[in-house]
Amino acid sequence: MPVFAGSELTCLRGDRLVFTGLEFRIAPGGALVLLGPNGSGKSSLLRVMAGLLKPLRGTLGWDGVPVSEDPDGHRSRVQYVGHLDAVKPVLTAAENLAFWAALAGAADPAANARAALDRLGVPHIAGVPGRYLSAGQKRRLNLARLLAAPATLWLLDEPTVALDRAAIALFEGLIAEHRAQGGMVVLSTHTDIATPGGEELHLDEFAPYADDEEAGDEDYEEEGAAP
Amino acid sequence: MSRFLRLVARDLRLALRQGSDATIAVMFFVLCVVLFPFGVGPEPNILARIAAGVIWVAALLASLLSLERLFQTDYEDGSLELLSLSPLPLEAAVLAKTLAHWLVTGVPLIVAAPLLAVLLNMDAEGFGVLVLTLTLGTPILSLIGAIGAALTLGARRGGVLLSLLILPLYIPVLIFGAGAIDAAINGLTPRPHLLLLAGILAAALPLAPWAGAAALRQAVE
Repeated sequence: MPVFAGSELTCLRGDRLVFTGLEFRIAPGGALVLLGPNGSGKSSLLRVMAGLLKPLRGTLGWDGVPVSEDPDGHRSRVQYVGHLDAVKPVLTAAENLAFWAALAGAADPAANARAALDRLGVPHIAGVPGRYLSAGQKRRLNLARLLAAPATLWLLDEPTVALDRAAIALFEGLIAEHRAQGGMVVLSTHTDIATPGGEELHLDEFAPYADDEEAGDEDYEEEGAAP
Repeated sequence: MSRFLRLVARDLRLALRQGSDATIAVMFFVLCVVLFPFGVGPEPNILARIAAGVIWVAALLASLLSLERLFQTDYEDGSLELLSLSPLPLEAAVLAKTLAHWLVTGVPLIVAAPLLAVLLNMDAEGFGVLVLTLTLGTPILSLIGAIGAALTLGARRGGVLLSLLILPLYIPVLIFGAGAIDAAINGLTPRPHLLLLAGILAAALPLAPWAGAAALRQAVE
């Protein structure tokens, strides 16, 4: 059974240590909810997990094999949903989605795209160019990518931003379904997303000590997070 | 391979629907060349003498115009992150986007060039070689430009920085491109110039995507 785990992870952004000594472990069917105040490194951790960002120290392992030894394999099992929706204004929703499905290697990307839009409850936007979509519709389109281009590990950075309540409920169902099939989910959120049996990771526990903070860090709201 | 072609097709479709990049590049090219007879006077001998250089310099400048946009939109809307996470190697993605850029902005220049050569009273001996040098040279411009476009991603005034970074690297292409045409007009063989251009292209084909991908990885961090 594959296990996705990280140990001793330290992340540096600019000249600021975001978190240090971070450990996590996800088994198939598991969910990890990242919690913490603004600037505590939730997005950075997700980017590290995706391989977009190299950790300063520490290792990520998939089934005991370091991810850095098999970056191609890692990319093929990850789907990342970030803050940006990656929707091209001149392509229709279905074209946008089909492109990402094709890039992930889907046999029939157009059919995948239609089915995914159906599941997300927005089949009517299939022919609408990206520039006419609302923020919530763009977000649903971005989440539809998870279904159109299936991957084992979902990395979701505040996935429910701009979603209405019905869509959040729908999305919780998709997560449960994905986990039931042995998939893994890591998500960061400030609202409640139901992930029964999911583990929580509080990032402020891994914040570096206060003496690492120097004058000029006043911009960060949560200075008192470190002991 | 099919992923590569998908990306090329998607970029071509985007360019086709937005429509501006290709026409702007070729219009700029034509206008730039047309300015010279006004500036240096309509003396046919002088125009014929400078035709090769003028057309090549205008081609360099025209290809610079749209380069800034090569990765910019993908960077801003988050597509670049997803591209770098897709199973398609980032080097191949850079090559695909560069190929699409060349098809959209380079090929129209090649088509327009003979017309401009007539306008500048270029010797008919040079026409074939002009098209040949542009066919070999414009892909090099797109490839070298892709490195610059990737390096200047996220920089303020990236377009100006890009020109300063890239134009000096275009000099060898300009020398051999214009040199080949001059050689043909003067009854010499353009072969050495063309071979050197082909050599630069052969070197740029693997190196530029590799360097561009390295720069993009920095940009998405």
